[in-house]
This record gives sequence, structure tokens and C-alpha cells, in this order.
Amino acid sequence: MTLGDGGPITLGEGASSGTEVVSRRVRIQTTARPQTTTPSQRATSPDRDGASAATGRAVVFDARGVSVSYGAKRALAPITMKIYRNLITALIGPSGCGKTTLLRSLNRMNDSVPGFKLEGQILYHGHDVYGSAVNRVEVRRRIGMVFQKPNPFPKSIYDNIAWAPRNLGLKQDLDERVERALRDAALWDEVKDRLRDPALGLSGGQQQRLCIARAVAIEPDVLLLDEPASALDPISTLAIEELMQALKPRYTIVIVTHNMQQAARTADRTAFFSLDDNRVGTLIEYDDTEKIFMRPADTRTRDYVTGRFG
Amino acid sequence: MLYGLCAVAGLITMVVIAEVVYQVVSGASPAISRFGLGFLWHSTWKPNFFVFGAGEMLFATLVTSLMALALATPIGVSIGLFLSMLAPRGIRGVVGPLIEMLAAIPSVILGLWGVIVLAPFVQQHVEPWLHGVLGFIPIFGVAQTTGLSVFTAGLVLTIMVVPIVASLSRDLFLSVPRELQDGAAALGATRWEVIRGVVLPSTSSGVIAAALLGLGRALGEAVAVAAVIGGGSALHASLFQPGTTLAARLIDEITSLDNKLHLAALFYLAVILLVIGVLTNLIAQAIASRLGNQTMLAR
Repeated sequence: MTLGDGGPITLGEGASSGTEVVSRRVRIQTTARPQTTTPSQRATSPDRDGASAATGRAVVFDARGVSVSYGAKRALAPITMKIYRNLITALIGPSGCGKTTLLRSLNRMNDSVPGFKLEGQILYHGHDVYGSAVNRVEVRRRIGMVFQKPNPFPKSIYDNIAWAPRNLGLKQDLDERVERALRDAALWDEVKDRLRDPALGLSGGQQQRLCIARAVAIEPDVLLLDEPASALDPISTLAIEELMQALKPRYTIVIVTHNMQQAARTADRTAFFSLDDNRVGTLIEYDDTEKIFMRPADTRTRDYVTGRFG
Repeated sequence: MLYGLCAVAGLITMVVIAEVVYQVVSGASPAISRFGLGFLWHSTWKPNFFVFGAGEMLFATLVTSLMALALATPIGVSIGLFLSMLAPRGIRGVVGPLIEMLAAIPSVILGLWGVIVLAPFVQQHVEPWLHGVLGFIPIFGVAQTTGLSVFTAGLVLTIMVVPIVASLSRDLFLSVPRELQDGAAALGATRWEVIRGVVLPSTSSGVIAAALLGLGRALGEAVAVAAVIGGGSALHASLFQPGTTLAARLIDEITSLDNKLHLAALFYLAVILLVIGVLTNLIAQAIASRLGNQTMLAR
């Protein structure tokens, strides 16, 4: 997604006194990686007998009546959905249905888009992502993102990974951290002998894995993937999908994809978005991936996943 | 038909350049054959004794221009960053054109303002203060009576160079791909970290080229400098002494020639100016084109 121009970043990012408190609370919660779920966080799927992939999992994101508009244009009608820990959640749907808008709203990447306005609430581990005391930089440090087009920095492979940890003061054992991130992204064996080479000399698929390595190097809690394989060849796509499975036990992954097979192959939960009568993006159906693809409740979902629409 | 017109226009440009170079060099040839390269460092300039040397002017030209470069680059880059990354949309729309308008002020008006406003202010406040604080460095000597000095000339040149550096660097910063900045921001980088880590490194060659273009402007400026530099004719360590630059000497004396050799010596100054100006521009272009390759290939 390209954003027309270098728009101003209008929301403050200054560390107000309240910011520290909030981010520290967030940190305490998220460092408890093992799945300790409190009853209140337990997934509730009223229409089901508990066989859902979400059952018993902690809620990472709780979107409550979230709607987005850019200036006068409405991009996303109010949606309510929960995203669960250590699952891969896919957002699918035709172009312009608001799935990327929702994804970028989760870590406040839309803040810099002129006219961006979000209503409703996005709770991240119970904290309002758009709360007045929340530090946007801290949000993004917890919630990493990989973009549609591989966007490595014009630096060396090593410096691409090491840049963000250095910024955050994670300078101890930097070499080990870089190696770990590259191993996590299944890239280590291919680049270990040329870490000082420019990252832009890598192939597209390698660049995208480098971007994933870059994201995991600062040990976020969530990975947001915006059509990460759409610009890649099938083999690289497969590598990314295997990577997602390998990362799943440690991260909560949300992926936007145009590729329905990819959603069916990789995701535990799938949300189908479409355009309503006013051409505003809206959430049609959100359930376990298997149900979305095999037994969709809504005819629009069925038409889309069977290829009769779009 | 249109093709012919454009071709002729291009041809005329080349002919004019060749003609100017030829006239300047041939006009200077008596002085060149008489003084040789020694002209560059001999600093005696006495038209009525047929003694000419460009040393002092070359020195003052370099000092004023480098001073302008040193001051205008950080200021211009800061303005460029402000206009491209930091300022709200409304302020950009106002300040941006204002900066460009600053570049459009005729230099004679800046010179006038320099004489009437800037020089007295510098003489009364800036120079004594700098002498008081940094007086142990010889370049910050005692303030002279008028404020017409190398230092004041450097300040006027700074004002002329800032808009060039500011608008060029703003455009450079705006050309940094949004995806790169987003990628950095998504890693929990602050705005300043994004600027320092991604924006500045990927535009550094362009910023250098912009600064060199500004330097070219400063080296060749005549009218504004002639107005405020005071027209001294001796080498001084102190910036607060008057002096004269190549271009300022040219414009001061071209209408009051003592003899034929005087004219040839002035032409010789023009040759030096031409060489310096062309060199600066060539270097700036070489750096800028290397930048083009770099952003495309990133190698």
C-alpha cells in the first residue's frame, strides 16, 4: 500500500508521564509468553461447543465497533472481532474491502495518512491502542509489521537487522541477536557468509524474509503481515508460509492476503471482508478457517471462497 | 520546424558559452603571459604600478564562500527536514514558498540591506560578542568601525545559499520512499530515528550536491558581496577586517580602469572565477549522478 505523499505525522509521540505507565503494564503482560489465560480473556464462541481454534486462547486484539474513514471517505464500517494469541489469523476479501486498513490500524501505521480517523476501540491486551497516553512508538515496537513490497533499508544485511535493536538499546550480544533473527526467518544459511553485503542485492523472496527477520529481531508480540507473498514467486511464497508456521508458537500472526489458498493453507482463523451496498469495507464473517472455507454461514462468503465473486 | 527551433536554441546556448569563454580568456591573455600562475598567490594589487596579484581576493572568496557553506548547510538541511518531515501541512504551504521567495530577492537588494541593517548590527553586537567569547582564535579579531567585513559578507552569502540548500534538500527528503519510512517506523523507531537512520543516509550524496550548488552561488556572487565586504586590500587573519573577493573586485573596478593591463588582470580574475565555478558545478553534478545510481541500485 503506497501512501500518496510524505504526510505529516499528526498524532503526538512524546512520552508523556502516563505513557510510561501504560507501556510498562503492556510489557508485563506480554512477557508472560506461556499461555496463561484468565477467565475473562477466554474466547467466547456462543454458537459453538468449544471445538474452535480460538477456544481457551488469550485475546490479543479486541476490536470493538472499529470504523475507519479517510477524510470524508468511509473505508471500514464498524467491525467487532477478537484476535487470539499464537494463532494465524487471515484477513481475506476483494480489493478495497478495508482489510489492509484494519491491519495497519492495529499498530497505528495509518496515523500518518492524511485524514485518517478511527472510531470505536482497539484493545491490545486490554489497553486501548489509540488511548491518549499511549506511545505510538511503543505500540509498534510490540506489534511488528511486514509490508507487501519488500522494503529492506539501503544498508548491509547485518545492519538491516541490527538497526532497530540498536535504536532500542539492545546492544548486548547483537551478533547473536542478528543470527537468531536470521535463523528464525530461515535466511541464515543463505546469507551467513555475506552479512556485510547490501541487502538490496538479495532476491525478492530473500528480501522479504530479511524484513521478517528485521521484525522478529526486536522480539515483538504480534506480527502483522500485509500480503507478504504477493510480490513473490511460488517457491518464495512457500518459504514464507512455512516460516509463519514455525513462528506461530511464539507470535500472534495476522496476515492480509488476496490468495485464498494461502489463507486456507496457513490460517487458523479467517475473517472475510467485503464491500457493503455503499462500497464501504465491512466484516462479513469471521470463524475458524475450515468453517469459512467448508461451511460458510454467509452466502457472500461462499460465493467468494468458491470463486463465484471477485 | 519545432525540432529546428529547439536545435537552434540549443546551439545558440553552446555558441554563447564558447564565446564568453573565448573573450574572457583572450582578454586575460596579456595578464596571463605577464604574471603566469604566480598571479594566483601574489597579493599585491596596485593598478597604477602595473602590479597585480589575485591572492588576497582568492583567499577572501574562499573564506566568505566556505563560511556561507558551513553556516547554510546545517540551516538549510534543517529547514528541508522541517518542511518535508515535521511541519504540519498548513505551515509547509506557507513557509516553503517563503523560502523560495528568499532565493528570488535580487542580490543588490540584499546588499543594500546588508549595508544599512546587517553591517551595523554585526559591528555593534555580533562581532564584539564573538571577539569576547572566542577572541583567543585569531579569526575573531577586534571589530572594525563600519561592520563592512569579510564576516558580514559571509553572512549575506549564507542568506543567499540557505534557500538553495533548503529547497533542494526538502525535495530530496520527500523523494525517500514512503515504504522505507514506514518500514522503519514499524520497527518502533521514533521520528528522529527514522530521519537519522533512513532518510539522511539515503539522501546524503544529494545533500552534498545541494551544498556544492550553493557554494557555486556564493563563489560567483558579486554585487551583494561588494556592498558589504568593505574593499580592503591586505590579507588578514581576522574575519572582522574588510577585504574583497574576485567577483567584488571585478564589479568595483571594471568601470574605472587605469590601464590596459588592469583590464587584462580583471579578466584574469574572471578566468579564475570561471574555473572555480565550473569545477564546483561539475563536482556537484558528479555527486548527484552518483546519487541517482545509488538510489536505483543501492550499491
